[in-house]
Amino acid sequence: MAVAPQINVGEDYREKYGFFDPEKYVFKAKRGLSEEVVKEISWMKNEPDWMTAFRLRSLHTFLKKPMPTWGADLSRIDFDNIYYYVKATESQGKSWDEVPDDIKRTFDRLGVPEAERKFLAGVAAQYESEVVYHSLHQELEKKGVIFLDTDTALREHPDLFKEHFGTVVPPADNKFAALNSAVWSGGSFIYVPPGVHVDVPLQAYFRINAENMGQFERTLIICDEGSFVHYIEGCTAPIYTTDSLHSAVVEIIVKRGARCRYTTIQNWSTNVYNLVTKRAMAFENATMEWVDGNLGSQVTMKYPSVYLMEPGAKGDVLSIAFAGRGQHQDAGGKMVHVAPSTTSTITSKSISKAGGRTSYRGLVKVHPGCHDVKSFVKCDALLLDDESISDTYPYIECDEPRVNIGHEATVSKVSDEQLFYLMSRGIPRVEAETMIVNGFIEPFTKELPLEYAVELNRLIQLEMEGSVG
Amino acid sequence: MADFEIRNLHVSVEGREILRGVSLALDKGEVHAVMGPNGSGKSTLSCALMGHPSYEVTAGEIRFKGRNLVELEPDERARLGVYLAFQYPTVVPGVTMANFLRTALNARRGYDGKDKSRAITPREFRALLKEPMQTLRMDDSFLSRYVNDGFSGGEKKRAEILQMAALVPEIAILDETDSGLDIDSIRYVSEAINGMRGPNLGILIITHYSRILQFIKPDYVHVLVNGQIVRSGGPEVADALERTGYAEWAEEAAAGQPEEEVE
Repeated sequence: MAVAPQINVGEDYREKYGFFDPEKYVFKAKRGLSEEVVKEISWMKNEPDWMTAFRLRSLHTFLKKPMPTWGADLSRIDFDNIYYYVKATESQGKSWDEVPDDIKRTFDRLGVPEAERKFLAGVAAQYESEVVYHSLHQELEKKGVIFLDTDTALREHPDLFKEHFGTVVPPADNKFAALNSAVWSGGSFIYVPPGVHVDVPLQAYFRINAENMGQFERTLIICDEGSFVHYIEGCTAPIYTTDSLHSAVVEIIVKRGARCRYTTIQNWSTNVYNLVTKRAMAFENATMEWVDGNLGSQVTMKYPSVYLMEPGAKGDVLSIAFAGRGQHQDAGGKMVHVAPSTTSTITSKSISKAGGRTSYRGLVKVHPGCHDVKSFVKCDALLLDDESISDTYPYIECDEPRVNIGHEATVSKVSDEQLFYLMSRGIPRVEAETMIVNGFIEPFTKELPLEYAVELNRLIQLEMEGSVG
Repeated sequence: MADFEIRNLHVSVEGREILRGVSLALDKGEVHAVMGPNGSGKSTLSCALMGHPSYEVTAGEIRFKGRNLVELEPDERARLGVYLAFQYPTVVPGVTMANFLRTALNARRGYDGKDKSRAITPREFRALLKEPMQTLRMDDSFLSRYVNDGFSGGEKKRAEILQMAALVPEIAILDETDSGLDIDSIRYVSEAINGMRGPNLGILIITHYSRILQFIKPDYVHVLVNGQIVRSGGPEVADALERTGYAEWAEEAAAGQPEEEVE
C-alpha cells in the first residue's frame, strides 16, 4: 500500500494546507495592475524586448475585454487589490538544501520532497510568482528532455520558446488569458525529443502564500514526434478571508504519434478564484489526455480543450469536480475537430454538497469536411443533499453530416438504499457517503498513479467530513 | 428474557401500518423461521429490525443487549451484532467488495481511520475470508468486483452470506435468502450458514416458501399474516404450511395478491 504524501485522515484543510508563512520577500510589486507593474515584472526578469512588448500588448487586450458574463459569478474580483508579482527568494534551488528554510518546510508539510524521492522523475515547486525549486533525473536530461521553469526556458532556449509560446492560446483568446499573458511568471516548460518516453511522471506543485496574491503561471509543453510524457500538477493555498486569484495558461503541442497526459489535482483554499485556460493541439495520430480534478477554490472556470489538427488525433478529457458550501465549480472540456478521422471523449463527474454548485460546460465542435469524426460526451452528477445544485451546458456545433457524436447525462442523489446497505454492515453514515462518492469517481481515480489515487480518496474524505452545517 | 426480543412492534410505511403488533423472542443458538404469504409484512419486518429509514416504528421495542434497537442507527445496530442478509442487495458502483468488506470489518472493530493498530491487516483479512469463500464456491476475482454490480441472483445471495461469515453477527436475519438460487447454490449457502450455527448465533429466517427450511432446520416457525403473527410452533408448522399453503389464513391475508415471482 502506497503512502500518500502527508495526508492524514480526519483533519481539516486549515491544518494541512491552510497554514501560512510570514512574508520575508525579496520583492513584492505594489497592489494593482498598470503598465508600470507589467514593465517592472519584465525588467525584474531581464526579458528580451519582444516579451516586454508581448506583455504590454496583452495588458491592453485585457483592459479592453469585458468580464465574461456567462459561467460563474466573477463580480467580486477586485483587480486593483491584487499583488501581481511577488518574489519570495533570490534564486532557484536545484537541491532542497538550497531552498530557504521556511519555504522548504512548507513543501515538506505538503509532502513534495517525499513524493519526489518515491515516484517522480522531476519536480518543480512554485511559491508565489517564482519557481523556487527544480529538478530532473539526469538520465532524462541526457536524453534531451527539457524540464525547466518557464522563465529559465525563455533565457536558455529562446528559439524553441518563441516558436511555440502563445501559439496555442493567443492573448486575445479570453480576458484571463490576456491577463496571464501580461503578468505571467513561473510555470513549467517541457520539451520531449522525438521517440523519448518519460515513463515516470513529472510534477509541479503550486503554492500561494500571501494574502490577495495573484498567481499567473504559464506552462508550455512540447511533445515531439512519437514521444510520451505525463505531467502532474497540484496546488494549495492558505485560507484568508479576502480573495486570491489564480489564472494560469497552459499550452501543449502534441506532435505526430506522440502522447501527453496532463493530470491536475486542484485543491486551492476556498478564497481562491481559479480561472485557467488549458489547451492542447494534437497532430497526426497524436493523443492528448486531460485528467482534471477540481476540489478546491471558491470559483473555478476551466475547460481543458484539445484541437484535433490532423487525422488520427485523439483527445480525452476526464474530469471530476467537487463543490461544497460556497463553492462553484464551472468545469468541463472542449473538443475542436478541425481534421477528419479524429476522435474525442469527455467524461465529467461532479459532486455537489452542502449547497455547493457544479456546472458541466462543454463544447464539441466539428468543422465542415471533417468526416468520420467520433465524439462521445458523458456527464454524471451526484447530489448529496437537497440544497446543492448541478447544471449541464453541453454545446455541440457540427457542420458535417458524416460524424458520430453521442451525449449522455445523468443526475442522481446518494440513494437511501445504498446508504442503508452500507450502514447495515456497521459503516457509519459519513464513511458510507464517502464510499459512495469515491465509488462514483472511481473511473477517474483509477487513471491516477496509485499515490495520487490514495491522496484523492482522502481529500474526498476530508471534504465529506468537513464543512458540515 | 430472551437474547433478542421483538415486543409489540408496529411499523408504518408512508403512513400505512404494515406490522400490527409483532412479538417474537429469539435466543442465541436457535433458528427461527418467519413464514408468510406475499404482502404479510415479511420484508417490512426485516427492514424495520435493521432500521431502514423508510420504515417508521410507531410502537413497540426491539431489545438486544440491554438496548432498544429502535433508537439506534443501522450502523449502530450492526456493530452491536445484528446482521441482515438482504433479499435484494444494493449495487454500489465503483466500490470493490474487498474495500467494502474491509471497511465493514474495521467498523465492527471500532477502527475509525485513526488508530492503525485496530485496523485489520491484509493477512488477517485473507485468512478470515478463505474458508467461507471456499464453502460458497467463490474465487478471489470476486473481491475485486464492485459491490453487487453485475452479480447474478445467486452471486448476490452468496455475497450476503460471505459478509455474514466475515462479520460474525450474534443475530442474523436472512430475508428470502433462497429466492433466486439454483439448487447447487442453495446447497452452498446452506452449508455455509449451517457451519455458522452454534451457541453464539441466533438466526431469523424470513421466507415465503419452506424450501430453504429443508436445508436449514428451524427450531421454531412463526406464521406472519397481515402484519401479525398468527401461529407459532415447532418445525411441524412449516410442514403443515407446505401441505395446505397459506389458504387457511386467506381471510386475514391481503386478498387477491399475485403469486410471488421466483427469480
